[in-house]
Amino acid sequence: MTGTGAAAPRTGWPAISGVVRRLPEYMTIWVPLLLSAAHLVSFSLWTIWISFTPSTLVPVSGWVGLRNYTAVMASRNWKIAFDNLLLFGSAFVLLSLVTGLILAILLDQRIRGENVLRSIFLYPLAVSFVVTGTVWSWLLNPGLGIQKLVHDLGWTSFRFDWLVDRDMAIWTIVIAAIWQSSGFAMALFLAGLRSVDADIIKAAQIDGAGPIRTYWRVILPTLWPITITVVVVQLQFAISAFDLVRALTNGGPGIATQLPALVVYDLMFQRSQLGRGAAAAVLMLLILLVVLLPYAAWRYVQRRRATHA
Amino acid sequence: MSKRYANLEVLKGINLDIESGEFTVLVGPSGCGKSTLLNIVAGLDRPSAGTVEIGGRVVNDIAPKDRDIAMVFQSYALYPSMTVRQNITFGMECRHVPKAEQEKALASVARLLQIEPLLGRKPSQLSGGQRQRVAMGRALVRDPLLFLFDEPLSNLDAKLRVEMRMEIKRLHQRIGATIVYVTHDQIEAMTMATRIAVMHHGEVQQFADPDTVYRYPANLFVARFMGSPPMNTMPARLVAEDGGPVVVIGAGRPDEVRLRLQGYDAAASFVGRDVVLGIRPECIAEGSRGFSGASGAPIVINAPVEMVEPTGAETIVLLRLGGEPVLARITPDIRPAPGALAPFALDTRRICLFDPVTERLIA
Repeated sequence: MTGTGAAAPRTGWPAISGVVRRLPEYMTIWVPLLLSAAHLVSFSLWTIWISFTPSTLVPVSGWVGLRNYTAVMASRNWKIAFDNLLLFGSAFVLLSLVTGLILAILLDQRIRGENVLRSIFLYPLAVSFVVTGTVWSWLLNPGLGIQKLVHDLGWTSFRFDWLVDRDMAIWTIVIAAIWQSSGFAMALFLAGLRSVDADIIKAAQIDGAGPIRTYWRVILPTLWPITITVVVVQLQFAISAFDLVRALTNGGPGIATQLPALVVYDLMFQRSQLGRGAAAAVLMLLILLVVLLPYAAWRYVQRRRATHA
Repeated sequence: MSKRYANLEVLKGINLDIESGEFTVLVGPSGCGKSTLLNIVAGLDRPSAGTVEIGGRVVNDIAPKDRDIAMVFQSYALYPSMTVRQNITFGMECRHVPKAEQEKALASVARLLQIEPLLGRKPSQLSGGQRQRVAMGRALVRDPLLFLFDEPLSNLDAKLRVEMRMEIKRLHQRIGATIVYVTHDQIEAMTMATRIAVMHHGEVQQFADPDTVYRYPANLFVARFMGSPPMNTMPARLVAEDGGPVVVIGAGRPDEVRLRLQGYDAAASFVGRDVVLGIRPECIAEGSRGFSGASGAPIVINAPVEMVEPTGAETIVLLRLGGEPVLARITPDIRPAPGALAPFALDTRRICLFDPVTERLIA
């Protein structure tokens, strides 16, 4: 028997035995971190570089300056995608916030079957976006889904054909996205509601505040840090939304529900314009930064304030 | 004002009658039901049986806000998103008190509690003591029939606690409010209360003024709960001798202690039986001490010292009386040597005798 390795820390290898003991820790933290950072950073940089080249079907070197960007931004496709993003992003974030909050408040009334309901509301989150998109594309299809059901029930003048309506199709994406992710907002809000000191609610009760006033003036204001987190996470999803839209409307009818991620895909893989696709992708990254940088700054200020208090 | 409950799981047959203007302290170890009792008075909890009356009105079916009460919570329960000003006026806002009146009430309370400079701040920007004041301000501004305090000082550090204790007492003397105050700290109870209700296992063990609770504890629980260090209790035997009853500690031992009692007529039926003897640590002092009001020379006993704890203001001595461990409070400059015999003076007038079976006070 030789007393070497991690089991012999006393023989003069304390540093190495320490490293060995903490190896699982390093493996689980650093390896994935380095791998993902390498992927993320290297491919981001590569995409940025491509966006300045005249690449079409395959990457080529060369320098075209901002030409890809101006071309993308001038295209009707991108303009529609950007307008859609503004509408979809704000409507989806706002409505999923409100839906999640209402669900959380209702669940917070100490009702029976809360655990079951909570799971039901959270379940869509476990479903892949492609599945959500496909299922909703059937539900919203006038010839297959809700409209057909109501027609079959006898109300034949009922119309619910947003999916094929150029002006309303974007709202079908909003509906499906809310279905998918308002459970997430609910879970966070519910945790926030539950962390409110019970004495505060008692104090409001003694002060004579009714339930609505208690929620509006006392409880909900304590939730705004959670609200910001929810908004940022949902916005991130909205900006990068791809699979849901692709499965639900595929940008259609026509290009009525085009979103930036679809434009990137379209340019890169269907029109073989790698440079322009990369430029669109970088533009998406910039939009994300517009959301994330203020959030990071806000978090930083919060943390500073917490340590100073 | 009276409150009566019966058969609540955690509260059994509570019957307290509190006079207007009284400062009643509910004191007891954690889990004794004192906070539940307070919540029932506040209307945040319902009694399973019995009635609660405030100001002669049965309030069982009246919502907390209409009971004309104000409550101060252990966690202060300040509304985190509101400024101090809004915290204090929120109740008046809910009751639709006119703005001008709100301002007046706010100003007078802020002046009383000296929190005027804090009115614009949020609770998170306040220290513990300041939050405490704001919580009291929120209660005071209502000018209710009854104030309820739920362990309001237990989150403060020791120094601040003493300050706030005095301040609350001064406040009570100044505005003559009726207060029900819950605490687990017997010193708070002794210092502030006009009457103390000692609670244990959901029952009121004793409801009396602080001096009575201290001097004549109704039972062994009260005797051991009130006072710091608590009352010494030990088995003893009551025997008759010429000139009155004598209580014997450690009967039959070579170091047995015999103490002649005077004025313990109520204990006559226990002569010749076992009792539990209770004696406060301050009734045992160094041998040269004379107790105020005592006639003749005090009883001095030589007893073995086990341990000495100097606290600065006094010295706590653990000694043995008839083999029983007993704490004594002696002057700080005397430090008897552990292991040696030392003389101790006993004030036998303040001895309590308890029935060993029922644990109730005999005399």
